[in-house]
Amino acid sequence: MKRRIAILALSTLVALGGGSALLAQTQSGLRGTTPLDQEGPAARMTPTRNTTEREVRNYPEQPPLIPHSIDGYQVDLNGNKCLSCHARARTGESQAPMISITHFMDRDGQFLASVSPRRFFCTQCHVPQHEVKAPVENDFVDVDTLLSRTEPGGRR
Amino acid sequence: MTKLDRRQVLKLEAAAMAAAAGGMTAPALAQNLVAERAQSELKWDKAPCRFCGTGCSVLVATKDNRVVATHGDIKSEVNRGLNCVKGYFLSKIMYGHDRLMRPMLRKKNGVFDKNGEFTPVSWDEAFTVMADKFRAALKKQGPSGVGMFGSGQWTVWEGYAAAKLFKAGFRSNNIDPNARHCMASAVAGFMRTFGIDEPMGCYDDIEATDAFVLWGSNMAEMHPLLWTRVTDRRLSAPHVRVHVLSTFEHRCFDLSDNSLVFKPQTDLYILNAIANHIIKTGRVNKDFVSKYTVFKRGQTDIGYGLRPDHPLQKAATGAAKANDATDMTFEEFAKFVSDYTIEKAAEMSGVPANRILALAEAYADPKVKVVSFWTMGFNQHTRGVWCNNLVYNIHLLTGKISEPGNSPFSLTGQPSACGTAREVGTFSHRLPADMLVANKAHRDIAERIWQLPEGTIPATPGYHAVLQSRMLKDGKLNAYWVQVNNNIQAAANCNEEGLPGYRNPDNFIVVSDAYPTVTALAADLILPTAMWVEKEGAYGNAERRTQMWHQLVDAPGESRSDLWQLMEFSKRFKIEEVWSEELLAKKPEYRGKTMFDVLFKNGQVDKYPVNDIAQGYSNDESKHFGFYVQKGLFEEYATFGRGHGHDLAPFDVYHEVRGLRWPVVNGKETRWRFREGSDPYVKAGKGVEFYGHPDGKARIFALPYEPPAESPDSEYPFWLVTGRVLEHWHSGTMTRRVPELYRSFPDAVVFVHPDDAAALKLRRGDEVKVQSRRGFIRTRVETRGRNKMPRNVVFVPWFDEAQLINKVTLDATDPISLQTDFKKCAVKIERA
Repeated sequence: MKRRIAILALSTLVALGGGSALLAQTQSGLRGTTPLDQEGPAARMTPTRNTTEREVRNYPEQPPLIPHSIDGYQVDLNGNKCLSCHARARTGESQAPMISITHFMDRDGQFLASVSPRRFFCTQCHVPQHEVKAPVENDFVDVDTLLSRTEPGGRR
Repeated sequence: MTKLDRRQVLKLEAAAMAAAAGGMTAPALAQNLVAERAQSELKWDKAPCRFCGTGCSVLVATKDNRVVATHGDIKSEVNRGLNCVKGYFLSKIMYGHDRLMRPMLRKKNGVFDKNGEFTPVSWDEAFTVMADKFRAALKKQGPSGVGMFGSGQWTVWEGYAAAKLFKAGFRSNNIDPNARHCMASAVAGFMRTFGIDEPMGCYDDIEATDAFVLWGSNMAEMHPLLWTRVTDRRLSAPHVRVHVLSTFEHRCFDLSDNSLVFKPQTDLYILNAIANHIIKTGRVNKDFVSKYTVFKRGQTDIGYGLRPDHPLQKAATGAAKANDATDMTFEEFAKFVSDYTIEKAAEMSGVPANRILALAEAYADPKVKVVSFWTMGFNQHTRGVWCNNLVYNIHLLTGKISEPGNSPFSLTGQPSACGTAREVGTFSHRLPADMLVANKAHRDIAERIWQLPEGTIPATPGYHAVLQSRMLKDGKLNAYWVQVNNNIQAAANCNEEGLPGYRNPDNFIVVSDAYPTVTALAADLILPTAMWVEKEGAYGNAERRTQMWHQLVDAPGESRSDLWQLMEFSKRFKIEEVWSEELLAKKPEYRGKTMFDVLFKNGQVDKYPVNDIAQGYSNDESKHFGFYVQKGLFEEYATFGRGHGHDLAPFDVYHEVRGLRWPVVNGKETRWRFREGSDPYVKAGKGVEFYGHPDGKARIFALPYEPPAESPDSEYPFWLVTGRVLEHWHSGTMTRRVPELYRSFPDAVVFVHPDDAAALKLRRGDEVKVQSRRGFIRTRVETRGRNKMPRNVVFVPWFDEAQLINKVTLDATDPISLQTDFKKCAVKIERA
């Protein structure tokens, strides 16, 4: 399927002629078509995604994204709002995922009774997502896909 | 790949399990567990993170020539298994869909045309056109007609090869790194106070201190892993206090015990008031001060680094001698700072006096160990060098320096701002190991190591970053090569200087990058470039830690590393084309050779064979040139610093360890410099020795408050502060191509105080123009979120290439460091 699309895209480019193919390669998808000496309109502000649905991680070591809005969450010297659902003792009530056991380890890899202070500020690693499409796609391939490609009879 | 829904997957899995039970094999996708070890095994290697100056080590998993995962390296002292969100997504930074694959030249009718369309060309054609343009510029202007803008993201050997190519090959000192925008003020601060660059302490200070003071450093977002360590310390040891100074409230205030939001530029008052408080309350460490310091009165009225015809520049009486200083006594210094009372500082800064007092007491109390951190709040400041000097004053007056937990600590923004820009000396005025082009003895040393005739390296500093943009615009710098940075987006006042300079028909601009940045799109030739683990590299972080990595995957398409490009391009010139007859006569044996032969095939750089490369790793450059390029360049470079306080370990060691902090003497790294027992360069019996200066003493500087270059007025009533956000690094070239990071902070906004917004009849989300005397952007109003602005101060991050905020900023610099102040200019805000 993917290959068919690629071939289709390629033939379209050929049909359009070299010029536009080049243009496509040398524009910035992140800036859009506004010439550098001009300033285009600002994109609208978008809301953050607000669901309980988890996104598949790109690899097991990736910190999970926050699927819900965290507007107004207090995480400071006085307390950590995230833990009111994600702390071990709260997950029965909240049905939120418990924070990873790695978060109980101190700098020396020793498990503590509660979350390590080095993990206190959740948003250093976990970020919510705006409801917006990233203008430049990413061709990262996850390892399961890669393995299935190399398997005889596997998908390529 | 076709997406299967959950029901289909379950069906396939059930079929597979049934098939397996019947002794049949099923397609791999159907199996939900890969048990076979050989297949599921990943190759894990270490590499420093590609982003900030913290220098976290990451483990990189590769499979089939692709990066498939990354995570924090548990064996690294810096980050002990953690990364920030950017670091965790390193796996995806090389796979943006619009990676540049071939050299692209602006052409019309088959030939180069400044106004032509970007057209794919071969490397041969790219270098042929580029060499012609460099030749033409050399002919027209001499060596000053060519130049290069490099980076604190260059690997050590890339920066070294570039500096050598320009300073020794083209004989032009017009090479400068983007680190000029980043920490030049820190460098000049170190050189003035200590006579040697880079912090005396290290990150171990974090776990040993009692108080943190953040002077213009939003570590929570810009150095997240160090912030993690600060947080760990603050929360694990309840006596520890955190003092945060800034011109607005940011995420660091979440951990703050003492918050000081001051009016822009008034940090100069607070710094001097603390020194005065220490003296007035009799807490000067007299023994330390008398043994290890001397006092200096700095030149004042030093101007703002603007173009010479600017009225502010013409009025500045001390501009020509900005870096000068004269001797003074302690008593004279005490009298000088006596005007700076805590009350006066409170009045000028808007910070309540009790908070300034609490901060001053942390420094003054001999029982409290203090770590001061700063980054761009100090460095991007028209008096940034002074700020650096003034914070050292405080640590020197109290003797709180060069020991665990007592540490004035200048942080850096880029992964090798220290390792490459500073240590290699890729600045327009520097040579490796803190040496200067203006110093004859230093040039002699460099020429001897490089086997060059005396007089090869020009004696006058070349064009620095801001001057390069001005000289491009003025048509004096005609052939220009940019590597590993995005200066059209990054440099201030790009509307009036950078962009017109790049598009000036007299100039030919080459940009090496992995992606089509705005800088690449403003150029004439784009060279597709290998990045991060697509090449072998070395970076040096903010605590003097040098770290190396192997090439782990191949670069896509025809991408080549910056190093390959620099060395290959040097083959295009005979030495006769770039050196004078007079110079060549001193080394007639170089006649007929290329720059490549003289600079890189010199018996030193080409000394190590390719089979020295560790088993199991590619090395595209070495394969191409026929010798172990990185090792040869590193070892030649290391001869500059060994035995001179900048000792690096042998090359191969760095591939084995998680970095070492220089000076590395007898295989041992140095954690605290200038202190006997921990620094091998301190002579026995000295206790403390600031050996950067010949008298072994640090300088305490008397420096006053002076106003900023531009302040709000009735027409432009707001201060504009620019900076970064946690999720994006610098201009977003890498992070905005990772969809998860893109979506976490998709577009820049202007952070405004809600009352300012209300006064302008604006609501959150409204589109506005942020306009200065130089240019404008269109953006959206943000009155909530992570930053809380005081009245009349607004903040715009600069990661968004659709909102080029540096069209708005002012290219005023610190006159000593020549670093731009990105934190202060005047703007107005109106509905778009």
